[in-house]
This record gives sequence, C-alpha cells and structure tokens, in this order.
Amino acid sequence: MLNSGINVLFEGSNFERLLGGLLVTLEIALLSIIIGTLLGILMGLLRTLQSRPIRFVLRLYLETFRIIPILVWLYVVYFGFTPLLNVNISGELTAIIVFSLWGAAEIGDLVRGALESLPKHQVESGQALGLTYGQLYRHVLIPQAVRRMLPGSINLATRMIKTTSLVVLIGVVEVVKVGQQIIELGVIKAPSASFWVYGFIFILYFLVCYPLSRLSKRFERRWQN
Amino acid sequence: MNLDWDFIVESLPLYGEAMWLTLKIAFFAILFSLVVGLLCSIVLYYKVKGISGIIVAYIELSRNTPLLVQLYFLYYGFTKIGLHMSEMTCAIVGMTFLGGGYMAEAFRGGIEAVSKTQTESGLSLGLSKIQLARYVILPQAFTISVPSLGANAIFLLKETSIVGAIALLDLMNVAKDLIGMYYKTTESLILLVLAYLVLLLPLSILLTWVERKVRYAEFGD
Repeated sequence: MLNSGINVLFEGSNFERLLGGLLVTLEIALLSIIIGTLLGILMGLLRTLQSRPIRFVLRLYLETFRIIPILVWLYVVYFGFTPLLNVNISGELTAIIVFSLWGAAEIGDLVRGALESLPKHQVESGQALGLTYGQLYRHVLIPQAVRRMLPGSINLATRMIKTTSLVVLIGVVEVVKVGQQIIELGVIKAPSASFWVYGFIFILYFLVCYPLSRLSKRFERRWQN
Repeated sequence: MNLDWDFIVESLPLYGEAMWLTLKIAFFAILFSLVVGLLCSIVLYYKVKGISGIIVAYIELSRNTPLLVQLYFLYYGFTKIGLHMSEMTCAIVGMTFLGGGYMAEAFRGGIEAVSKTQTESGLSLGLSKIQLARYVILPQAFTISVPSLGANAIFLLKETSIVGAIALLDLMNVAKDLIGMYYKTTESLILLVLAYLVLLLPLSILLTWVERKVRYAEFGD
C-alpha cells in the first residue's frame, strides 16, 4: 500500500511537474528579492537622512509589515485591490507585489542598520583624505556595509522562499498545488500518495533553503572577527 | 468608501471566536516550543552523544521548511500511514515542530554568549556540571535569549494565520468565508487586519517591556 504511494512520484511526468512547480515558487521569490533589494537600498539610504517625517513614515512602513502576517497582506492585495481599484490582478502578480514590498522594508532596515553601525571616523577620515561623496560611498562605506548586511540578507532570502509556499492559498499553481493535483488524480489507485508527495515537497524546500542558511552562517562567522 | 456598519457589527462575534482560537493555538504552540527548545539546547550544551546529531538535524529541518508544507505533510500525509489527529492537535503539533527549532536556536545563542570565564570560575569553585548549568549558565543565557525568544513568540503568533489551510476556522478562514458569502470585501479585510493588530500590538509592547525589565535585573542598564 505504501509502496504504491511512492510510485506516484515517478509516474508519467509527475516528478518534472513537481520540480516545475518549485520553479514557479523560486521565480516569484527571485523576482521579489531583486525588486525588494533595489527598493530597499533606496529606502535604507533615505532612512539615514536627518528628516524626521521621512524617517517616521518609513519606520511605520517597516513596522506594518513586521506586525501584520504576510498571508493577511496577500489577502488584502488579492481580494481588496480588485474591487477598490477596479483591476483584476493574478495571484502571481499579487505575490510579487506583496513580497517585493515586504523585502524592501526588511532590506531597507538592514541597509540602515549596516550604514549606521559604521564608525563615524570612517566618514571623517575619508573626507580628510579629500574623497568626494561618490568616492566615499563607493570605496569606503558600501564595501563595509555590504559585508555587515550580507548574512541578514541571505536569511531574509530563505524566509522569502519559505513564505512563497503561501501563494497556493491565493490560487497560484506552484509546487504545493501541483502536489495536490497529483494526489487528487491518484486518490483511488494510490491512497497513501499524500504522504509521499507532501514528504517530497518538504524535502524539496529543505534542499533549497538549507544551503542558503549554511551560507549565511558561514559569512556571519567569517566576518565576526 | 462606504462601509456597511451593520455587517461589521454582525460579523464581530465570528471574528471574536476566531481570535480566541488563534490565541489558544498560539499559547500552546509558544509554550511547547519553549519546552522543546530548552530541552534541545540542554542536550546540545551537554553534547550528549548520538542525540545531539538528531537534535541538530531536527533544528535545521524545522527552520528550513515552510510551516504550510509541514502542516500539510502532518495533516494529510501522516493520516495516510495511520496517524490520526484532530485539526487542533495537528496545528499545535505542527507549530511546535516549527517553533521548537527556532526557540532552540535562540537558547543556544544565549548559552554560547555567556562568557567562558563564567564556566571556568564555576568549575574552579567545585560546582558539578549540573550545578554549573542550573545556577550559572542557564540564568544568564536565558536573559541574553529574551529578545530572540520574544521575537519568536511574535513570529509564531503570526504564523497561526496559516493553520486555516488545514480546515481550522481561524481569522483567515472567517474573512475568506465572509468575502465569499456576502462580497463585503473591504469590511471583512479591515476587520481581519484589525483583529491581528489587536492580537499582536499588546504582545509586542509587553515583550519590549519584559525585555527591558529582565535586562535591568540582570545587567542593571
């Protein structure tokens, strides 16, 4: 009985379909990480400015994403924007919007934290050497800031990849949905399929996220001292 | 924007029930996660042969897979090999599996951050390894861990939003049902966001306060 379940994984094109589903997940995550990083860098730079209103608004933006669960955000954009703005947006687009905005908020915080943690004398010595602002950022500040924010950014990337699994709940056909389709199809022939299919997806996610979290730990250790 | 206030008032009890469910699940999940995390970190601290490897594997598995997949695997997968659980039990077990790994990491970070001289002084005073852990290392480690433990608690409370996926009538499901039945999308979503704010803001403020208190008691700053 159990064996018939594991066979489902390799029947027909099921294996490739599951991997294809994983690819959809990763695509959404990757696009959001890229857009989020670009927006986040801008946001982080803005948050180091002296202007109180800008800092307050951006802080509020970050906190709203920290307090409200991402699934709620997905619901709000997916169900809420449609009647409010009279547009129809797909689950994929919803996911990319929400994850990009979330990523921008978190990356922004990492950029800000990294820039603010740099000792003041770095800027002062640079200026004393006669560097322009562009040179100062390019040769002094950015290389040091990137090093400090890299472990946190990689962690955020794994969190985003894991969270993309939620998009199945707003109807995107990704790896979990493909799994459900395979299970439903074989419900009579292979009743134990759900154990193997969900177990397989569980392992798939682990195989993607584990190397990333190792990488982040390694950077953390190497640059700590 | 014209809000239908009658609808909002009428659906309040539904949200109230769902919030209560969320709180119950979160409470047990956080409590059991703390226990699991503490036990794991103690095993890692004593470097128990054989078990330590299993614990490390567990921590990595729980931290590097999504809760949704964990829940599906547990709820739909394990029933097929003869392990039946109610939705509620399944949600709590699943969230404890996830949270235990995070809490263990938090405790472990705390234990590692206690300075080496503390262990050495304890040993030179003739404390046994158990006394050392009980009176010297764990109290300090706990204080250092409080911020990350608090962050994990908030994280777990937020993650309860996913348990609706295994057919529990939580806040997400109530909102989704109401949208499906009455098309009062805006009202339902506003209530949904408000419900999470009501749950999470007090906890967030409470944890900041506890953090400050514990720091003051331990380090005086």
